[in-house]
Amino acid sequence: MPADDLILPSEITPESVYRRRRELIGAGLAAPLMTLAGCTEAKSPVAPNPARNSPDGFSTGEPKTRFEDVTGYNNFYEFGTGKADPAKFAHTLETKPWIVTVGGEAGLTGSFHLENFLKGHAIQDRIYRLRCVEGWSMVIPWQGIPLADILKRFKPTSKAKYVAFTTKADYKQMPGMAYNSIDWPYREGLRMDEALNPLTLLATGLYGRPMPNQNGAPLRLVVPWKYGFKSIKSIVRIDFVEKMPKTSWNMLQPDEYGFYSNVNPAVDHPRWSQASERRIAGTESKLFAKRIATLPFNGYAAQVAGMYKGMDLRKWF
Amino acid sequence: MVLSRGIDWRWVGLKALAHILALLPAAWLIYRALQDQLGADPIAALTHGTGDWTLRLLLLGLAMTPLRLVLKHSWPIRFRRLIGLYAFFYASLHLAVYLFLDLGSYWAQIGADILKRPFITVGFTAWLLLIPLAVTSNHWMMRRLKRNWQKLHRLVYATGILGVLHYWWLVKSDVREPLLYAGILALLFAIRLKPRLHSWLQSRRAADHGQDTA
Repeated sequence: MPADDLILPSEITPESVYRRRRELIGAGLAAPLMTLAGCTEAKSPVAPNPARNSPDGFSTGEPKTRFEDVTGYNNFYEFGTGKADPAKFAHTLETKPWIVTVGGEAGLTGSFHLENFLKGHAIQDRIYRLRCVEGWSMVIPWQGIPLADILKRFKPTSKAKYVAFTTKADYKQMPGMAYNSIDWPYREGLRMDEALNPLTLLATGLYGRPMPNQNGAPLRLVVPWKYGFKSIKSIVRIDFVEKMPKTSWNMLQPDEYGFYSNVNPAVDHPRWSQASERRIAGTESKLFAKRIATLPFNGYAAQVAGMYKGMDLRKWF
Repeated sequence: MVLSRGIDWRWVGLKALAHILALLPAAWLIYRALQDQLGADPIAALTHGTGDWTLRLLLLGLAMTPLRLVLKHSWPIRFRRLIGLYAFFYASLHLAVYLFLDLGSYWAQIGADILKRPFITVGFTAWLLLIPLAVTSNHWMMRRLKRNWQKLHRLVYATGILGVLHYWWLVKSDVREPLLYAGILALLFAIRLKPRLHSWLQSRRAADHGQDTA
């Protein structure tokens, strides 16, 4: 079967067209009057702070990270702990067929082929900042489905207080698993309200292409206001649970990585500062790029801060 | 003196080769940086590249004395200063990349980083300890300091340990590479301490023996 047959219609927008479309949207956000006047080729200016979000937070006008950087610089320890390892080794991951198992406190549970799991949902575009706990960040155009839309289909019960996610763990397909850098399989979790927040995305693609293996094909989470490791890749299990689920980095270093792990410039990693970040974006070399200030909730405070009202974010880091 | 017998061109050639080899990693890093071939995060790549070469040269320099002991030849010692100075060169590049390219205008973060972040404190201390060694590495200082020179230059052991610790503390979970450096460091120390341990054991045995016969 030719590979082209496997690509969803929503994913065939050529990158050039796609980029131009996003630029128009970006320019529109920044200067609606200019767009009306026909000045549509406005060049995106250099990344300023604070972040320029659309009101719903679904998009930002900041310069995007190059496709080759988004797909060539990854933390996906199942394929090795080097940043270039996933791009080198993730081709062995078999994403077809892909079964997602839904379990726990829900009316509908079971195992589903990915096609059925996603059926009936329209793919949406998001441009989110991604802030890694290591102190660098990207701006990535994702395609996917709001997690809330999918979770509601499974009719979570009143006991479902958290959602737990699990990454595929296959020693044959994932050579990095030979070294126990993580207690496999990789696990992540969200509180129910976080999972249902409109910003939380189950992504199936980026830059208008099917999700590259090294970025967590075929299905990954994107939670833009939390450190990148919360956005779990290559998901095979989703469980509705009553208690706060165990999460991989928290299990490894509980004093360094909390369950919430909201981006917070005021709470440093015990070993390094989180006050600023290196932004990996734009087409120019990042050699002399200036550091930028890290924003509370990665610049999504307007959309998410309400969920943490009354919580001591130093304690619940 | 060597000079009175004329120049030994073999040594000149070997030293020149050593200089070229030691400068190659820096040249390669700078070339790739200017060609934008260091990947998505070139500043991180430069930081890690210069850090790696600092540790490698530091360990290589520390290996010269054990090598002399093992080979029973003195030639490794003739490269020790050169290797040590290049270790300092790469350590300084490493610090410069961190200060000027990575932190850039975020000067406020520097003071806090050096004091509050153990891995940066340790790394910075390791670099500070290398300064007196670099300054006193010439023949003139060697002669002036006499026996104190050797005492002073034992600081390099501390730098070796701090350097490896600096690397160990910055990794998130994969400690294999820092572990490798730590293993090599331990091995070098063991080779160096072996003769001392041996003589210490012998002296103890002799003492015991002396007591027995007494």
